[in-house]
Amino acid sequence: MDIIVCIKQVPETTQVRINPATNTLIREGVKAIINPFDTYAIEEAVRLKERFGGKTTVISMGPPQAEEALREAMAMGLDEAVLLTDRAFAGSDTLATSYIVSCAIEKLTPFDLILCGKQASDGDTAQVGPGISTHLDIPQVTYVKKIREVGNSYALVERMTEEGYEILKVALPALLTVVKEINEPRIPSLRGMMRAKRAQVLCWKAQDISADSGRIGLDGSPTQVVKIFTPPPRKGGQIFEGETSDIVEKLVELLKDQI
Amino acid sequence: MPIHIIAEKCTGCRLCIKACPLNAIKIIEKKAVIELDLCNLCGACVDACKLNAIILEKTTRHTLDATRYSGVWVFAEQKKGKVQSVAFELLFKGRQLAEKLNTDLSAVILGEKLEEEIQELIWHGADNVYVVEDKQLANFQDEPYTNALVELIKKYKPGIVLCGATSIGRALISRVAVRIKTGLTADCTGLDIDSDSAILLQTRPAFGGNIMATIITPNHRPQMATVRHKVFPEGSTDMKRKGKIIREKFDGRLLLSRTKLLDIIEEVESTVNLTEADIIVSGGRGMGGAQNFKILEELAYVLGGAMGASRAAVDSDWMAYSHQVGQTGKTVCPKIYIACGISGQIQHLVGMQSSKIIVAINKDPDAPIFKVATYGIVGDLFEIVPALTKRFREILKK
Repeated sequence: MDIIVCIKQVPETTQVRINPATNTLIREGVKAIINPFDTYAIEEAVRLKERFGGKTTVISMGPPQAEEALREAMAMGLDEAVLLTDRAFAGSDTLATSYIVSCAIEKLTPFDLILCGKQASDGDTAQVGPGISTHLDIPQVTYVKKIREVGNSYALVERMTEEGYEILKVALPALLTVVKEINEPRIPSLRGMMRAKRAQVLCWKAQDISADSGRIGLDGSPTQVVKIFTPPPRKGGQIFEGETSDIVEKLVELLKDQI
Repeated sequence: MPIHIIAEKCTGCRLCIKACPLNAIKIIEKKAVIELDLCNLCGACVDACKLNAIILEKTTRHTLDATRYSGVWVFAEQKKGKVQSVAFELLFKGRQLAEKLNTDLSAVILGEKLEEEIQELIWHGADNVYVVEDKQLANFQDEPYTNALVELIKKYKPGIVLCGATSIGRALISRVAVRIKTGLTADCTGLDIDSDSAILLQTRPAFGGNIMATIITPNHRPQMATVRHKVFPEGSTDMKRKGKIIREKFDGRLLLSRTKLLDIIEEVESTVNLTEADIIVSGGRGMGGAQNFKILEELAYVLGGAMGASRAAVDSDWMAYSHQVGQTGKTVCPKIYIACGISGQIQHLVGMQSSKIIVAINKDPDAPIFKVATYGIVGDLFEIVPALTKRFREILKK
């Protein structure tokens, strides 16, 4: 079973500090990590490989330093890595990004499964996974919380919904986006880290994946940012201290009309 | 490269450096220099530069005849034949947009046996309802839903399509936008019409919610956006409203699916859906242990609310992951959010800071949660929470 895992490198938010004067993120010195949601996709691919064999490939689009994220994924147990990096990719929105990744995946065909995290923690759009499957014209299941069974030409999966979950049978090849509940990602082993350090990361540019120059980067992106602004920070309100009974009385008075 | 700085105009004033969310600009020999490997061409610096020294060029190859596209559409998500409330919220907002554009508001509904729901959509403001009824569409499935919506959009050419940012909406509309090859903006918190260009202004949080970005789709149609549940109010119904119903039938081949829905399981534990709840009582590390959540459960029960938890509480196995609020959990927007023993790390705040009223109960007066709390209570939650429950029980007579 051949699996492709798509990941993104994002700033680590536990380290994010906010500049109180401008209310913007201070990015200086913030570590870049694998998008936390993608670590579940990586882990699931490794587990499937351990059960069924086959080749696993991890792929990411980003600046040259995203290579670190790919090596980390290989340290967790994925076999091969491809970095899509080209200044022509800069400014890509979700349509252009999913097109670029799908061009690279075409080059990696055949495969049985594509795994993605449910969304990236920095953009939060959840659009690139479904975008890739649409460009490739393959079926998808989003928010997968369990892969119950994998057959020759199908997978039986559980898809998380607002009320519970659904059980779906999906024809392969397919794309799945996964949620946190699916597994617990492993810590890379020392051996894995040594292997990943030496492993080769393929670097592909737009021409390597035959991407149409009009469909990538800023020019290939229908959406356009026209304004970026800092919202006024939410202000703290009243603080209550002292006797419990007084506090409770005041609070109930303030809230009772809202209930 | 499409972005460059005109060195003659740049005075090295550093405004662009402050504006850059990616830290991609440096001053070298008193001039701003953009590190292109880090830049994602977001344009924040272009806005910030008072001297017009930064140029961002975009070439568009095709010209769009936007006049061929008109009307505001709302995708009306249904489950088990019932329209979900996010659709009514979108109709409320869609009505305002349609009025500004002097155009029609339409709802699109896919499913089976939808008669009553169609009326409901009209009462909530739809001038037209596009209906496709087929047993293949009874429950959501990615491919038949995508195909049906794509066909409708191609045929009727709406100018704007809005959809709820639900688990169904996000999966569906991402596919539709790629098939149509148009722009899609996720999780908008503000939608408006630019009065000069009549273009949809889509505002959403970017980079973790501390920066807002306004995004447009100038040269592609329809302009597509998703909005989270409870961002806009539902609006009132008018049972005298009349609307036009347009029914479409599609060839069975168009509604084929490579996924097959075998079963739908509803979990009792999450009966009060966290993202639907008007009141959430949430606990964090300060709760001290799983058994102590009982006092929160009692308060939630009296208030008719749902239970939330911080990541710290979930990671300690005090609460199930389905209750987790925050960056890696759920984003909620209730009327009242009561945070008990939650310090208020940024990852938690991004998941709940758009709640209308935030009540925080914490021992530590310096806890960051107090910076966002409408009402902050410095004290022992094990005393305050039961007292609150008791008082509310008396008032609400439960």
